[in-house]
Amino acid sequence: MIFATLKPRLTGRVTRALGAMTLAVGVLTGLPMGALLTDAAAPDVFAQAQTPPPAAQDEFVPLKDVPPTEQLPAARLVMAAYSVAWIVIAGYIFLLWRRLSRVEQEIQTVGQRFQASRR
Amino acid sequence: MMSRSFVPLVCVTAVMFVVAPWLIMQAPFESTMGLVQKIFYFHVPAALMMFVSAFVCGVASIRFLATRRKASDQTAVAAAELILVFGIIVLITGPLWARKAWGIWWDWDARLTSTVVLWMMFAAYLLLRRFGGPGSERLAAGVAIFGMANVPFVYWSVNVWRTLHPKTTVVPSLDPSMRPAFYWCFFAFLLLYLLLLNARRRLEAQRDRLTQLYLTYDLEER
Repeated sequence: MIFATLKPRLTGRVTRALGAMTLAVGVLTGLPMGALLTDAAAPDVFAQAQTPPPAAQDEFVPLKDVPPTEQLPAARLVMAAYSVAWIVIAGYIFLLWRRLSRVEQEIQTVGQRFQASRR
Repeated sequence: MMSRSFVPLVCVTAVMFVVAPWLIMQAPFESTMGLVQKIFYFHVPAALMMFVSAFVCGVASIRFLATRRKASDQTAVAAAELILVFGIIVLITGPLWARKAWGIWWDWDARLTSTVVLWMMFAAYLLLRRFGGPGSERLAAGVAIFGMANVPFVYWSVNVWRTLHPKTTVVPSLDPSMRPAFYWCFFAFLLLYLLLLNARRRLEAQRDRLTQLYLTYDLEER
C-alpha cells in the first residue's frame, strides 16, 4: 500500500503535507463559497426584531406562497454544510498527523533505549 | 512505487477540492429545492465513501478471520474509523439539507434510521477494539461483517420503504449539467478516502511495531 513502504521521516513530511493541504484547500474553497453564498444570503433577522410587535390577530388568513423574507435562508444552511465537511476532514487529518507523529517518536525513543541497553 | 505516488496524489486531491466549489457554482439550481440542493455535491459522495468503507472493513475482517493476517486487521480498523468520519459528514449535512427541503431536521424514516444504525455499528466496532481486551479483534471482525451486510439495506431502503429521502434513481438520472460537479466531487472524495485509508493503516502498522518493540525490550531486560 502507499504508506507501507514509506520511511518514518518521509511519513512525517507526508503528514505535514496533508495538514498543509487541508489548510490551503480550506482557505481556497472557503473564499469562493463565501462569495457565492453572501450574494444569496437572506436579510438579517435582527433587523426584523427591531420592528414594533404586530397587533393581536383575530383570525388566521391562509396564504398560498410564503414571502421570501419568511423563508429559511438556504445560503446559511449550504454554508454550514460545507463548513462542517471541511472542519471534519481537517480535524481528522490533524488528529491522524498528531497520532502518527507521536507513535513514530515513541518508536524512535524505544529503539534508542533498546540500542543503548544492548551495548 | 506507491510511496512515490503519495505526494502527487495529495496534490491532485487538493486541486480537485479547490476546483470543486467552482464546478458546484456552475451547476444549475434544482427546480424545487433551489440553492439548498447544492449540499448534494458533498453529501452523496461522503455517503458513498461511508458505504465503500463499510465494504472494505467487512471484506478485510473476513480475510482477517480466515487468514489471521495482521495487515487485514489493520485495514479493517482504518476503514471502520473512516466510516465514522464520513458518516459524521453525512449525518450533519443531511439534516441541514432536510431543514430547508422537508421543513424538519430529522425524520425516523428507513433511510435515515438505517444510516444511523450503520454508523453506530462501526462505532461499536471501534469501542470493542478499544476496550474489548485481548481477542476482541476477532469479535469486532464479526461486528464488521454484520455492518457490511447492513449496507445494501441502507442503500435500497429508499426504494423499498416510503421515505422522505430521494430515491437511488436520482444519481443515475442526474441532469447532464449537474453531472460534472457531482462526478468531480465523487472522485475527489474517493481520492481523499484512499489517502486517508493508507495514512490510517500506516498508523495501525506503526502501533503494532511499537508493541513488538516493547515486547522485545521486555524480554531482553529479563
